[in-house]
This record gives sequence, structure tokens and C-alpha cells, in this order.
Amino acid sequence: MNQVRSLLAALRNLGDTFGEAFDRMNKWQKYSFYGILVIALYLAPFWPDVPVLGQIVDTPGTQFSTVLNDQVIIFVLVALGLNVVVGLAGLLDLGYVGFYAVGAYVTASLTSEHANLPWLLSLPVAVVVSMLFGVILGAPTLRLRGDYLAIVTLGFGEIIRLTAKNMEWLGASRGISNIKKPPSVLGLKFGVIDPKPYYYLGLTLVLIVVFVLHRLEYSRVGRSWVAIREDEDAAELMGVDTFKFKLWAFTIGAAVGGLAGVHYAGKVGFINPDNFPLTLSILFLAAVVLGGSGNMYGAILGAVMVAYIPERLRNFADKRVFVFGVVLVLMMVFRPEGILPKRVGDEHKKRRNKTTNAEVAQ
Amino acid sequence: MPDWLIIRTFWDLTVTGLALGSIYALVALGYTLVYGVLRLINFAHSEIFMVGTFGSLLASSQFLNIPLLEDGNYPYRTGMTLVFFLVVILVIAMLFSGISAVLLERVAYRPLRGNGDSIGAVALAFLTALVVSLIFIDDTKMNIIVSLVFTAPIAYSYLRIFRRGRQAPRLAFLISAIGASTAIAEAVGVWSTNKRDQYQTARILEKKTLFNLFGTDVRIDYVIVIVGALLMMTALTLFVNKTRLGRGVRAVAQDPETSRILGVNVDMIIIVTFALGGVMAGGAAMLFTLVYDQTRFNIGFILGVKSFTAAVLGGIGNLKGALLGGLVLGLVENYGSAIFGGQWKDVIAFTVLLVVLMFRPTGLLGESLGKARV
Repeated sequence: MNQVRSLLAALRNLGDTFGEAFDRMNKWQKYSFYGILVIALYLAPFWPDVPVLGQIVDTPGTQFSTVLNDQVIIFVLVALGLNVVVGLAGLLDLGYVGFYAVGAYVTASLTSEHANLPWLLSLPVAVVVSMLFGVILGAPTLRLRGDYLAIVTLGFGEIIRLTAKNMEWLGASRGISNIKKPPSVLGLKFGVIDPKPYYYLGLTLVLIVVFVLHRLEYSRVGRSWVAIREDEDAAELMGVDTFKFKLWAFTIGAAVGGLAGVHYAGKVGFINPDNFPLTLSILFLAAVVLGGSGNMYGAILGAVMVAYIPERLRNFADKRVFVFGVVLVLMMVFRPEGILPKRVGDEHKKRRNKTTNAEVAQ
Repeated sequence: MPDWLIIRTFWDLTVTGLALGSIYALVALGYTLVYGVLRLINFAHSEIFMVGTFGSLLASSQFLNIPLLEDGNYPYRTGMTLVFFLVVILVIAMLFSGISAVLLERVAYRPLRGNGDSIGAVALAFLTALVVSLIFIDDTKMNIIVSLVFTAPIAYSYLRIFRRGRQAPRLAFLISAIGASTAIAEAVGVWSTNKRDQYQTARILEKKTLFNLFGTDVRIDYVIVIVGALLMMTALTLFVNKTRLGRGVRAVAQDPETSRILGVNVDMIIIVTFALGGVMAGGAAMLFTLVYDQTRFNIGFILGVKSFTAAVLGGIGNLKGALLGGLVLGLVENYGSAIFGGQWKDVIAFTVLLVVLMFRPTGLLGESLGKARV
């Protein structure tokens, strides 16, 4: 029993152990670590061909690189965006699929249904429109607190889906087909069969988003979000314009969600309202919280798990959703902060340690 | 007067809207009670309702042995037999829902409050063993046997690693609730006899017209639903406002810490709260099967979302608010779909919620289980 407990304790401290080891590395070690990680990720479609690793990671029933793009990349993008809203700003959003749908539908309308623009041009438009929807939803509702916001956002997600379903202008329930593919660059051809180019594109998008959000998190904006999450009244009293920054969180989250939608629409080439069910919002939220809400890398890990595990477990086909539910409960019972919890007050702690050391030195 | 659909069928819409609204209201009570006491959106409450519909299905088909059809006709009953059967079905549905609500609290919420006990540990251990065995063995009987064997040691270790006294963050409760909700619905979808297909329930009540209201025939099942729901809600309100346990519920809703200091058994009160919500959902489930004669493993989800909307609309944590919210939502949905078409029903419901919350940010009646006065 003691072994079990120490093993569990080790697992519990996994994030911290890793984080501390990482903190000890110098600049060049960090850069080379990032470099190797990025190269390994770009080579991910070939992992199933590696002898031992392949046995472990390959997904039965579906091509591995399809899973990587259609499931993992989409979930990671969405989780990154949702993490800004839920994890950083502490706003419970149960209708995030709405923004994802907006992104996909804007791309579909602009490249197939109503105009003939190229995919690349529809991308910025879709992101801006998603942001607009973020403002439209956020401006009237962000004055609501906590759980009221949850149900309102949930309703918003449903309104978007049902509107798309009932409006002939948006293709109604038959959806929109013949969505344009991304343009071919660097010898990558975005066709129908090979999912690898889409994965490379998606991974690039993820890396860009990670970089931007990382910079944002440690900026004035990010600090305001965390202040709002920890105590909204205190933040307001200290001079943080809470409404403005909450709206920013919503808008930036919406932009990333829309981006995921654009990528999705470009890959599948055909969307209909059933691609954006309410349950997807819940899965997105589960991904963020399971990984560790408030920690970007936690959210990524959670997204990979939520997207990948059901595919890996395809051999017990219809019981996998049940397994997923039970795993969620177990995870929350034994590790309620998520797999990689946010490290609250980290910067602060580091600075304090530095000052105490300085005092000791004197 | 223009010949609009809404004007021609106004009273008809009103009656069906009130019936549907009463069911929403009964389920909303469960959300409101739990929210009032624990500040938790009990996402799995919808599945408690679903379990209740299966309770009434089992009650009529197994316990009372009523066939779906008798000589090609519906198995109608009359007089006292009918009343007796309906009461038996109601009680069994309530038992199913009530017990599953209490179990749900033990398994999915109580360990997160830093207060996990042996029942929760055993249930979680069994589920863990079951999930692991599902990966390796593809035979239901063997799965259960293997999981039972491993339950005891896992439960023992779970009891030791429960994080005693440590409250989990609020989001964790929500995700646990979502997990539990998925697991319950899927368990029924995977292991019940019809799997994911629809189940018909025996129609023992002949749905004839009872009386005529402004030129609209009012069917007896709608009357039973509305009256039954009102009776159950009155009983619940009396319980919360007049009894000792009810006072406990209000006390914990107001301030859990102070009531604990003053000698209220908070864990007991939480169990009572879940049981009350479960029993109401069971009642709603029985009334639902009475009107619609069918159930399915995923029937709870949409109804749960709607009922939660109703609870928020009326003011979550407020018993009267749940009633008002449910009825308003039922009516608005019906009128709205008559004006704009049935496919816009849910859009109308959520838009009304948005508008109401913009002007009254805590719902129509405000939130106040704790502040409830007799």
C-alpha cells in the first residue's frame, strides 16, 4: 500500500517536478528542448512507424494522422482558446462550440455558399467575425456572475446551432459543401486523402496561438485576468477595469475558437449543424479542466487526452463514452485541479525567494 | 381578428404549455435545491430524471406485469385499479430517482468536498475496476465478476487517499457532474435490453377529453400532470418550510459554516436535499411517461437543460422561482413555436432567458432558498 501511495504522490507532483527541472535549465538548454519538441511534433504522423512507440500510440480503426488533425489539433486549438476564458479569466463558458461554429460557417459561406474567396482570405474574416460574436455575447452578459453566465453561454451555443439549422441562407440542416481547401505551399498539397498537410498547418496554427497567448498571459492583460479570476471585487478596487478585461478574454477566446472552426471547415470541406452539438462544448470544457484550467500546457494535455483516448480505445467501441465519464469523475475526485495544475503565485514566490536570498547574503 | 395560428389554438397551446411547464418545474426544483444548498449546478440531475422514467417503465412492465398491448388494444385500466397502478408507478419512479440521486452525491460530489466515505469509496472502486476490466475483457458477466473481486482492495486504498478536509475548486464539481451524467446515460445505453433504442411504456390511462375550456378539449393526462405537479410542489414547499429537516435545509442554504457550528448535520442535510430533488425528478419522470408513453437513454439531456434554464429564469435557489420559471418557459416555448414555427422553439426559450437575465440578473424572483420566509 505504501508503494501505491508513494506512486500516487509522485504522479501528483509530476507537474511540479517537471516544472522545477525545467526552471533549472539554462537558456540554451531550454531552446534546444523546445526545438526537439517541435521537430518531434512535426514528425508525429510518422510515430506509428517507429517500432515500440508505434504499438502504443497507433489508433485502431482510424488512420493515426487523421486522428491527429481532425481530433487532436482541433481540440488543442479550442482548449487553448477556452483556457483563456475559463482558466485565466475564470468565466464559465458552456457554449464555446458557438464560436467554433461561427468560424466554420463564415469560412463555408465565403468560400462556397455565397462568395468564391480563397480559404486564406476567409481566415482573417472568420476570426474577426468570431470576435464580433464574442463581443455580442459578452457585452450584455458579462455583468452576470458565475453560473448565470454558464447557462446563458450554453443557450448561446444552442442558438447558433439552431439558427444555422433553420436558416436556408446558411444551408439549413443539409449544411454547406464544397468548402475550399487551404492553398498549396511548400510542396504541401491539401487534398482529400492525405491528412498530413492539414496536420502541419494545424500544428503551425497551434504554435502561433501558443506563442501569442503565452506573451499575453504574462502581460498586463494576463495579470488582469488572473486578478479577476482570483477576486473580482478586489481587482475592481485595485483599479482593474474588470468589464473591459472580461470582454477581452471573451473576444480573444472567441477568436481562437473561430480559428479552430476555420481549420476544421478547410479540412472536412463539408459542414452541417450536427457537427456542432451542445455535447461538444461540454467535451471542450472537460478537456480544459481535466488538463488543468489556468495552465496553458495543462489545457493542451487535457485536449490531447480527451481527443485521443476515445480513438485509442476504439476496440471497445460503444463502451468508451461510459469509460470517459467514469474517468472524468475519478480524475476530479483524486486530482481536482487537473493533471497539470496552474502554479498560482509562482512568479511571486520566485521573487520572494530571490529577495530573501539577497537579504541572507547581506 | 386575424386568423393566426396562435389565436386559433391559444387555449390548446396554454394547456399543453402548462403541462410541459409543470414537468420542467418539477425537474427544476432539483437543480434549485442543490444549487441553493451547495452552490453547485448538478449537471447529472437530468440523468436522475432519466433513471426515473426507466423506474416507471420497469414498474409497469415488470412489477405490475402490464403488457404494451392487450389483444391489439392499449391496456387501459379504470377506476380504483387505475389509481392504484398510477400510485405504484409513481412511488417506484420516485424511489429509483431518489436513491440514484443520493448515490450520485456520495460518489461524485462528496469526495470532492473532502468528506469521502466508505460507500463512495466502494462505488468508485467498483467503477475503476469495471473500467479497467472493460479494456481487457469483452464479456459483461466476466467484467462484473472481475471488478467485484478487485473492488475491496481498491476501495481500501481509495479510502486512504481521499483528500480529507480539502474542498475541490468549483469547476471540479461541474466536471465531475458532467462525467457522472455521461456515465449514467451511457450505462443505460450500453447495458439495458433495448440498448440505445426507444422504449415504449404501457399506456394504462385512456387519454380522453375531460372537459372543454374556451372551445378547446382538455385531455385528462394534461390535467393529471398539472394537478400532480402542483400537489408535489406544495408538499415540497411545506416540507422545506415547516419541518425540522426543512429548516435544516434552509439553514445550510443560508450559511453552511454557521449551521455546522450551531449543530446542524450538514452532510445529512445535503443527502436530504439530493433525495428531495431526486423524488421530485421521479415524479416528473412518471408524469412524463404518462403523457409521452416512451423513454430513451438520452432523454434527460435536453429536458435537463431546459429545466435548468427554467430554474435560472425563475431565480435559481428559489423554490417558487422554479415553479414560475418552469411554467413561463413551457408557455413561452409553445406560444413561440406557434408564431415562429416549431423549429425555433429552443431558440425562443434561450432568447427569453437572455432578455430576462439582462433586466433581472438574478432571475424573475431572485435567488433565495436561504432567505425563504414561511
